[in-house]
Amino acid sequence: MRSAVSTTVPGNRGLSLVQKLRREIRTNKAPYLFVAPYAMLFFLFTVLPVVIAIGLSFTHYNMLQPPKWIGYQNYLRLFLSDDVFLIAVKNTFVFALITGPLSYFACFIFAWLINDLQPKIRAVLTLLLFAPSLSGRLFMIWTVMFGGDSYGYINGFLLYWGIIDEPIQFLLDPQWMMPVVILVVLWMSLGTSFLAFIAGLQGIDTQLFEAAAVDGVRNRWQELFFITLPQMKGYLMFGAIMSITGSFAAAANIIPLVGFPSTDYACHTIVTHLIDYGNVRFEMGYASAIAVILFAAMVGMQRLVQRILNSLES
Amino acid sequence: MIRRLIWSQKPTRSLGGDLAVLLFIAAGAAFSSLPLVYVVCNAFKPMNELFVYPPQFFVRNPTLDNFLDLFVLMSESWIPFSRYVLNTVVITLMGTAGHVILASMAAYALSKHRFVGSKLLFSLVILSLMFARQVTAIPNYLIVSRLGWVDTYWAIILPAWAMSLGLFLMKQFMDAMIHDSLLEAARIEGASEWALFWHVVMPNVRPGWLTLIILSFQALWGETHGQYIYSEQLKTLPYALDQVIAGGIARAGVGAAVGVMVMIVPIIVFVVNQSKVIDTMGASGIK
Repeated sequence: MRSAVSTTVPGNRGLSLVQKLRREIRTNKAPYLFVAPYAMLFFLFTVLPVVIAIGLSFTHYNMLQPPKWIGYQNYLRLFLSDDVFLIAVKNTFVFALITGPLSYFACFIFAWLINDLQPKIRAVLTLLLFAPSLSGRLFMIWTVMFGGDSYGYINGFLLYWGIIDEPIQFLLDPQWMMPVVILVVLWMSLGTSFLAFIAGLQGIDTQLFEAAAVDGVRNRWQELFFITLPQMKGYLMFGAIMSITGSFAAAANIIPLVGFPSTDYACHTIVTHLIDYGNVRFEMGYASAIAVILFAAMVGMQRLVQRILNSLES
Repeated sequence: MIRRLIWSQKPTRSLGGDLAVLLFIAAGAAFSSLPLVYVVCNAFKPMNELFVYPPQFFVRNPTLDNFLDLFVLMSESWIPFSRYVLNTVVITLMGTAGHVILASMAAYALSKHRFVGSKLLFSLVILSLMFARQVTAIPNYLIVSRLGWVDTYWAIILPAWAMSLGLFLMKQFMDAMIHDSLLEAARIEGASEWALFWHVVMPNVRPGWLTLIILSFQALWGETHGQYIYSEQLKTLPYALDQVIAGGIARAGVGAAVGVMVMIVPIIVFVVNQSKVIDTMGASGIK
């Protein structure tokens, strides 16, 4: 797209870098002023913290004494002598690989299916499906649902109907905790991507569908693969990014459900491990190393998924 | 005929398929909303219905007792309940307003101007969508405390202003919905960039910022902000909710009453905005 304001600065040759920069700022004064407040805050609260985290990960730092450089010892300790971290890595990937794809497909499928309905009915269903994301910390209601005595709704039901003899400790028994947390994460998973998909589907020109029907598209599946999906490319990529980010962090967000630390670390993830060392033990250097691993794992996963999506396309 | 009341007309649909789809959506909607309906029912249950065995889902004799108990409980605590509400409202409104305005301004510059550093900034924003904010939690705390903002609203509001989602969304909307010819015309008439932004760009990307308001509001409203706020009088509504729930089973009714108060506001914001968003959004969106 052609830019509205001329952007080439003429006669740049023979000027020093500082002079060039000054000239550039003078020519594009308005956009720089527009972007400055956001860019400064973004730098302060996103870019700088990543740099600091990487720096701190090579130090020993307890917030009281100044950081002490210890090289890559934190990383050695993480992978060689921290058994709990390895449990956390395993749990994180189990959570991410189950909830990531499931929530992504759920977001798309529900957005796609309700798109066929009349606007009023669609609006009501959008609200019902999106409500868990809107209600924030109300996921705590699941502690009542899965409560460990007969007042727990599900236990009460199962006991009443004689399916079980004594209440199941859903939130304390390692065997049950992971499935319960996954269920609650999925309950809350119709979020940002879901809204974005609804917007995207609304944006497809309805004439395309009519034309396709004339051209021999016979059912909703053919329509999905030949018309809808190709039209949704940008949204699908955006939704994938949001779902992957969510899948790594969502389980930790609902950790109040199973307690912290959870029994036998059954729901311990990289994020909770980070919180443990950062907010509880104040080993900031070590916690930063965990943060850097988390960062690398997430960005790596994003790149991998993008490569897969791109190759599926071609 | 009934079919036409429920579905928009599309040529390639079978009746059986439509019914199966309807069942599937109904199941999903029930799974999503029944726990929340249960909270609402509990909030209106009298004590004897809350503790019947086996547990009952719906309320039989609705009462406002739980809400009254909540106010009694909270007026006994040394922080009035209204203070938690006020804190949450201030943080959410200021955070959302600032984020929408600053992110839109930056998005306008990135979308309609090219300058040194614009590509870099946008790719950093995309990169930051790719990792959870827990990655930067420790350095953020160090920065906020160095600035002397711990235990103030600013510790939450200012980082919220620079969330990456807003810039990304607004840029996509502006790329798609604002044509350069529109801007040229206004420039020829002598409009300043500032006037252009407020009178031409923003009115034309209304679905964009309405959506952003929903997302930003929802993110800020539900947070306890525990790591930055220590003073009791600055704490927020979700924190109060946690405290009431921690009171255990005896407070189940009161807990549900707080729950209803926590959830009702974002839902109202969503419903009001959605009616305007979803229909207009179609015109553009993410390409």
